[in-house]
Amino acid sequence: MAKMYHKEKSIQIKSSASALFNNLSVLRIAPRCLTYFTVVHANVVNMVSASWDGLNYSHRQLQSKEGNVAASSSLIMQAAWCVLPSRDLLVLTSQKGIQMYESDGSIMVYWHALDTPETPTAQAMFARGIAAVGDAYICVGVSFGSVLVFDIPSKGSNITLSEVLEEHTEAVTDMAAECSGSMEYIADLVTSDDSGLLCVWKSGGDFQLLNKIPGFDTSCSSVKLWKGIAIAGYSTGQIRLYEAITGILHAEVNAHARWIYSLDIAPFAGLLLSAAEDSLVRVWHLSLVPETNSVEIEHLYNECVTDTQICGAKFCDGDGCAFAVTGYDLSEIIRYTQV
Amino acid sequence: MSTRTLPLLFINLGGEMLYILDQRLRAQNIPTDKAKKDWIEEDRRRVMNDIITTMFNNKFLEELFKPQELYSKKALRTVFDRLAHASIMRLNQASMDKLYDLMTMAFKYQVLLCPRPKDILLVTFNHMDAIKDFVRDTPTILSQVEETYKQLIEIYTPMSGGEFQLIRQTLLIFFQDMHIRVSIFLKDKVQNSNGRFVLPTSGPVPYGTHTPGLIRMFSCNGDEVKRIQFRDDGNYSAALREGSFDLFGDRVIKLGTNMYSVSRPLETHMSGTSKNSLQHTKVNTIPNPLAKEELNLLAKLMGGLEVQNPSNPDSGFRVNLFTTDEEEEEALISRPEELSYEVINIQATKDKKANAKLAKIMGEFSELEEPAPSSSSKGDDLLSMMDGL
Repeated sequence: MAKMYHKEKSIQIKSSASALFNNLSVLRIAPRCLTYFTVVHANVVNMVSASWDGLNYSHRQLQSKEGNVAASSSLIMQAAWCVLPSRDLLVLTSQKGIQMYESDGSIMVYWHALDTPETPTAQAMFARGIAAVGDAYICVGVSFGSVLVFDIPSKGSNITLSEVLEEHTEAVTDMAAECSGSMEYIADLVTSDDSGLLCVWKSGGDFQLLNKIPGFDTSCSSVKLWKGIAIAGYSTGQIRLYEAITGILHAEVNAHARWIYSLDIAPFAGLLLSAAEDSLVRVWHLSLVPETNSVEIEHLYNECVTDTQICGAKFCDGDGCAFAVTGYDLSEIIRYTQV
Repeated sequence: MSTRTLPLLFINLGGEMLYILDQRLRAQNIPTDKAKKDWIEEDRRRVMNDIITTMFNNKFLEELFKPQELYSKKALRTVFDRLAHASIMRLNQASMDKLYDLMTMAFKYQVLLCPRPKDILLVTFNHMDAIKDFVRDTPTILSQVEETYKQLIEIYTPMSGGEFQLIRQTLLIFFQDMHIRVSIFLKDKVQNSNGRFVLPTSGPVPYGTHTPGLIRMFSCNGDEVKRIQFRDDGNYSAALREGSFDLFGDRVIKLGTNMYSVSRPLETHMSGTSKNSLQHTKVNTIPNPLAKEELNLLAKLMGGLEVQNPSNPDSGFRVNLFTTDEEEEEALISRPEELSYEVINIQATKDKKANAKLAKIMGEFSELEEPAPSSSSKGDDLLSMMDGL
């Protein structure tokens, strides 16, 4: 196997990454030749903006402020950029609720509080799983299984909770919108939960449930949707590829020796990135086979991040020319670029 | 995050504490004459029994098992200060710091390395099994311990993998940025010189996981049409059988069993100048609005920790976790500031009137922040502070 990627200079962050699923988000700001990164550390989000020439880095830390300053700070579960046609927002989910910021983290434009009970209950309360869908929706999952749909205006802070989808009965783990950019696929959102159940949705005025793909009581911690294929990573280290609308299983891969923490797609190149607690990052190639109406997966590349339980891994561009990785207790974002 | 984390954190740290104390009590001052030896053996048993009785006290466990968020590191350290002094044994601050470092790094290692998040429960059972063995000749304590097994089984065995992962992630946040080097780990080559643990990419995969390396593809009607092997860059073997989640039985995994023996030293190495720990301190000095709320909970929890006062203060004896007293003194002075646990820095002085009892706790905690005038009286200070609760 030829060396496909080589390690680049790491980006230092202000505090180390916590062990949380999908704990890295990347946003490319092409007009300004910048890439933004976020990594969650307990109750803080580390944000770095890096210039493409590698000369300038600026840092910002966001606390989980929970609307009013006096309230106690809670642990953050996930931070992710949501890219809509009209605007980009940075969304933080925590034990107390959901915060939405302008994409540079400067202004909090919306705060949604979860119904937290007075005394803690046996079932934990938190929001997790973030996706921008269609023209104007941001969806966020909740530990009780609900998926909250927010209506996002093209500017301003008049964000409203427009719908609550109640199909999951276990904690939502992740969700993803169709990432190919093509409008020909009916399904445009897939959500996953702790039981491994996948729900496939069509967004719109009322979200429509298109299909439910049952799990096998193994948590699905990361999910992606690409050209109508739902790609799911599980606690058993397996990756499964389903046709989203029919639930037909196209491929099953024994990909990792431990819990998968992150999947990502480079949509233009059809590359899949998978990363797990086993300290390995793998790159795969997906291809649609029109004759058999199926999808094939091929293994391309491994990268071992020695002694690191990986918690976040993302491609830095749509062609998969570079990817970035974070790991538990690491205060850096490690980058790899194609040779 | 998970509101079910505290009992596992407490029992496993408590188990590690008992391993270390047992090792020290066996190793320290082994005298030559027979009469003295019996006396020491009796003291060792008494200390172990007293601490285990306190750990598994009914009222305390009732508070412990209530769903709740984790305490801060400092608050939990306070609980263990009290627990370590539940008997006639006294530890000064340097020894207590070292004891707590060893306990926390050991459990961090176990949480990080346990194959599946659910295996944290097997780690807990390994500690429980050892504790049960410590008190096998004392039926009253044994029944307390067995009661705790029942509670653990009832609460934790029905939980899903996802819930255990949340517990594991909560514990890893608790242990985040702690990189104290422990000689026993360094010698066993499971810890690197920078304090990070070694993660093997070989050996058996977790129960329920396949060894990586196989891609299977299926036709639309579900037939397997292709099977490809890929190079996985690891050297994994098939999973072992699943350990017993019952009261008895083989736990299969070894994490959480006693790794100390009389001949193995307990060294730790502070690496306090690293960038991480410095930043960590900075974060901790931000006034924590949770402090008051946390103290209330803590006071409630500790109300259940009944400490048996030695009838005669002179009967208490001091245990040193260092080889010599000089080393112990040196450790106290040289400990990097950012690693000191200086129990709870409270910003809630305005509320002192609101709760006299709480104010008393706060006042007494802040006294602890002053360096101890003499190391020998330190243990007693701590004890009287605890009695004030």
